[in-house]
Amino acid sequence: MLNPDSVGRTFAGVDVNTVTQEEINSFAAVIGEKNTSVAPPTFSIKISLREFESILTKPEIGLDWTRLVHGDQKFEIFRPIVAGDSFTTSATIESYKVVAGNEIVTVRSDLFSGTEKVVSSWSTLVVRA
Amino acid sequence: MVNFGGSSMMEIGTTIPSHEFEINRDLLKQYAEASGDHNPIHQDEVFAKSVGLPDVIAHGMLTMALAGKYISDWAGGPQNVKEFSARFTKPVIVPAGKSVDLTVSALVTEVTSTGVRLEISATSQGVKVLGMAKAFVVQGV
Repeated sequence: MLNPDSVGRTFAGVDVNTVTQEEINSFAAVIGEKNTSVAPPTFSIKISLREFESILTKPEIGLDWTRLVHGDQKFEIFRPIVAGDSFTTSATIESYKVVAGNEIVTVRSDLFSGTEKVVSSWSTLVVRA
Repeated sequence: MVNFGGSSMMEIGTTIPSHEFEINRDLLKQYAEASGDHNPIHQDEVFAKSVGLPDVIAHGMLTMALAGKYISDWAGGPQNVKEFSARFTKPVIVPAGKSVDLTVSALVTEVTSTGVRLEISATSQGVKVLGMAKAFVVQGV
């Protein structure tokens, strides 16, 4: 179970994530996107999910990643991601509730290049009972 | 290139022609590699069934990535997609040795001076797999 005291807290991501052209190319190839000058609109989930996993599964937060499904997802893209971008991240646990034994947690991820916010995204993650 | 606000070409209620993507187990493997999401429910049939799923299912984010490609194409490129959201209402079930469809279409719901808001529909094997799917796209340069 997620520690309710963690709701409202913002956590700094541990890594600096530098985006390579190869990463953009392989993501674009899956969906048949030929234009690889920028990353596809959902590319940032690669960075955000990795950060969410490392933060939310910390013992003091306590989310069970093995029973997780993705409920919904939203992106606000302030400018497209390009190869060479180096992002620091933060993750904010915005809400948490338990419905019929399922834990429902909404987390916001912000990707920053220096002080510029490039993408904000919201993921609702469901830990099934 | 799409002709946005002020054009008689782009009106609220305009339906964008649908596109059919194919999803199979190879594509799931390819998405797992590209995204780093190696959850076995998207790869391993025995595991998927052991956790109560009917079969291997596609990553919700793969479904959304393909819908994103559809929007990018219509908007003149991935750089023109500014907002994109969806709820994963039903899984895309991907049996072994078969390809299933992901059929995406969209409707123009709002036209502003800067861009267009779309409501997106996505089905697989006749079942609606994305709910509340919306995007805002701008006119590129």
